[in-house]
Amino acid sequence: MALDSKVPKGPIKDKWTDYKNKINLVNPANKRHIDVIVVGTGLAGGSAAATLAELGYNVKAFAYQDSPRRAHSIAAQGGINAAKNYQGDGDSTYRLFYDTVKGGDYRSREANVYRLAEVSANIIDQCVAQGVPFARDYGGLLDNRSFGGVLVSRTFYAKGQTGQQLLLGAYSAMNRQIARGKIEMFNRHEMLDVVIVDGKARGIIARNLITGEIERHSAHAVVIASGGYGNVYFLSTNAMGSNATAAWKIHKKGAFFANPCYTQIHPTCIPRSGDYQSKLTLMSESLRNDGRIWVPKNIEDVKAIREGRKKPTDLSEDERDYYLERRYPAFGNLVPRDVASRAAKERCDAGYGVNATGEAVYLDFASAIERYGKEQAKIHNIQNPSKEKITQLGEKIVEAKYGNLFQMYEKIVDENPYKTPMMIYPATHYTMGGVWVDYNLMTTIPGCYCIGEANFSDHGANRLGASALMQGLADGYFVLPYTIGDYLADDIRTGKIPTDSKEFDEAEKAVKDRIEFFINNKGSKSVDYFHKRLGKVMWDKVGMARNEKGLKEAMTEIKQIREEFWKEVKVPGSANEMNPELEKAGRVADFLELGELFAKDALMREESCGGHFREESVEESGEQKGEAKRNDKEFAFVAAWEYKGEPADAVLHKEELEFKDIELKQRSYK
Amino acid sequence: MNLTLKIWRQKDSNVRGQMVEYKVTDISEHMSFLEMMDVLNEQLVNAGDEPVAFDHDCREGICGMCSMYINGEAHGPDRGVTTCQLHMRMFNDGDTITIEPFRAAAFPVIKDLVVDRTAFERIQQAGGYISVNTSGNTQDANAIPISKHAADEAMDAATCIGCGACVATCKNSSAMLFVGAKVSQYALLPQGQIEAADRVRNMVAQMDLEGFGNCTNTGACEIECPKGISLDNIARMNRELMKASF
Repeated sequence: MALDSKVPKGPIKDKWTDYKNKINLVNPANKRHIDVIVVGTGLAGGSAAATLAELGYNVKAFAYQDSPRRAHSIAAQGGINAAKNYQGDGDSTYRLFYDTVKGGDYRSREANVYRLAEVSANIIDQCVAQGVPFARDYGGLLDNRSFGGVLVSRTFYAKGQTGQQLLLGAYSAMNRQIARGKIEMFNRHEMLDVVIVDGKARGIIARNLITGEIERHSAHAVVIASGGYGNVYFLSTNAMGSNATAAWKIHKKGAFFANPCYTQIHPTCIPRSGDYQSKLTLMSESLRNDGRIWVPKNIEDVKAIREGRKKPTDLSEDERDYYLERRYPAFGNLVPRDVASRAAKERCDAGYGVNATGEAVYLDFASAIERYGKEQAKIHNIQNPSKEKITQLGEKIVEAKYGNLFQMYEKIVDENPYKTPMMIYPATHYTMGGVWVDYNLMTTIPGCYCIGEANFSDHGANRLGASALMQGLADGYFVLPYTIGDYLADDIRTGKIPTDSKEFDEAEKAVKDRIEFFINNKGSKSVDYFHKRLGKVMWDKVGMARNEKGLKEAMTEIKQIREEFWKEVKVPGSANEMNPELEKAGRVADFLELGELFAKDALMREESCGGHFREESVEESGEQKGEAKRNDKEFAFVAAWEYKGEPADAVLHKEELEFKDIELKQRSYK
Repeated sequence: MNLTLKIWRQKDSNVRGQMVEYKVTDISEHMSFLEMMDVLNEQLVNAGDEPVAFDHDCREGICGMCSMYINGEAHGPDRGVTTCQLHMRMFNDGDTITIEPFRAAAFPVIKDLVVDRTAFERIQQAGGYISVNTSGNTQDANAIPISKHAADEAMDAATCIGCGACVATCKNSSAMLFVGAKVSQYALLPQGQIEAADRVRNMVAQMDLEGFGNCTNTGACEIECPKGISLDNIARMNRELMKASF
């Protein structure tokens, strides 16, 4: 099967407009006869469900949480990008497009990214109209901040809770449609398979997580918006329930899975503290606007700090190595995430990590506090302010900007980040890879769409900060609602899809059999035991730096863990009740397959690009010595994998990437 | 540290529940409260018993899913945190900790510590939105300047995570802090004012229908709220309701 990205012809800036003018639409009266299922209610799923319902389709939305508002988009902190150019600093649609393609290390599809940049400004208009309380300046206009990998201020924010506010906006739009009866909401439901009838996605099998009942739901199209697969690492900044099951189930039924090895390890997370740890907490990238990252210059100071003989504040400026500013003078502390993470790993691997585990670097706000303090003293006309006064004034500004993040840090670590630098270390955060989709956001299964983090399309091999929220809402509010019409236009006379067909029977039986297996297996080890083992292999061998030997070992080891899982897993309780262990078992079973494909993809890609770093592929000389080395000649393609039973047998399909509007260059932030 | 836990166990909403005692040992002070619960559950699973069901998801204090009533306080003894952000350093070796679900007539128990908060959903559906289509064809985001003061106050109200601690804490099981926060967010913004009267009437009517109690101004909700939602929001909601009545 040849991959057809269906990118429209014509100049890049006209593609989307021309395409919208030409695709099929469904007339409002006919939309009433068409059902759409949306799985997941984060920014992508929530905004899609609301918009599809507004357009007149009958929407059934599914969330495993007790409310759509709890989807993990809620936890996004820093902001959302949009090419508004409110700051007059030279921003434009083209520049946002360019930054995103470059930031993604030239591994994304140009046409999709341009469309994303094009609709970005609408998102801000839309959210303000919905009552999203973005930060404003004293003149009453919207404020912006800067994020990594760019040279303009285009990030809109609502304190450190931007994801929350945007999701509540989409949730309010959903509520309006739920009240009208246009969305039927299924809280505490989990999709366990997709149902394919005559080659088209026509429904899902879902489990009611309260009663355990297995339900059949039919529709004319199925939209998967279930987020990323970062929890394959066990420890990540994802929510505990975040899982890949919906995406993996459609993969097993024919949807190709693209670039699984592109995973974002976020540079600023709170370091892990012990084996009991259940998840990692992100400290927003926005902190790098004002925080400076460093480790001690001398190894003796590192030792003294680890042994508690010295405090970081004891070290003078000369004794500190601000390694990002040293290595990347142009972007400094605001280099993209993949670059910042690897630089932290490099220092810690060299022995300069500053906590007991040796895996932490400092994020220091002292100079920002001083700078803001002096500025405030001037504004308030305070003559010869004391050092204490300056600190006090500066801390106030830092609190206004990042107060909730500082509080979160203090509650977790039990240290005051206003007084002593934060300790941070990279952690798995986001997955750029995901289900392959064409320009319409349709997977390789007709009628099955995939949006938001769950798809692969816009971020290439590395996502820039504040672009996930942008993509989720762009897909859900402004792209899918148009493109899905083109497909559904053929379904206006189809009528309701019956759920008593043999396809539904078979899918339901497979789901029930698997649940029965888990309940009756009575093995000797808990689900978490296997999940933690998988996570360790992933982190050690398929983590921030990868090599051929490690990846081959990872594939073998994951397969072994998977085989042991199916023999020894223990799930207490029964199938017909609320059973969180049973839910976890199904999710981990899927991660155990996905993890192997992930390693296989990383092994195939013998180049370093974005979040994927192969130790065999680094620049060996010149100004870029030691930096990641991309190989455009052989690897400028999307790797889309077709399921063939065992993950190791997956078949590779290549979508060659063409760059007509951007010149392929070494990504330099120096 | 070693702890004794007294936990509410209830198979489902149709049977009576009871407190059951458990012991956990070697708990690190750096663990979060839910990581301590993970240790207990791993112990129960390994012994072939059913683990304690509890709601949780993001574990960073923002999704609003976790909901434990610990030693007589919603989200436990620390201030300004959800259960998932509560750390074991707040407790001492040898302590007995009592863990119950959030209790209110409008929040029936589903299982163990899991309660049904869909009453909150129905209140939001009654009017917790601005009736604007998501076409993107609205006016420019900067067309209406909004004073920083109003925008900040709206943001403070909007930080509510919908966990229900206010209801669980209130002796009347009142949901007024939750409803007041949503009403306030929109009432403070020009975009929300067009439907303000209908919104507050409909949301308050639904709140009453769900069986939440009234407010008697004890202020416990504000103290226990993990996001520090101010009591002012209740006053503003009442004012909005008065305005809407004439």
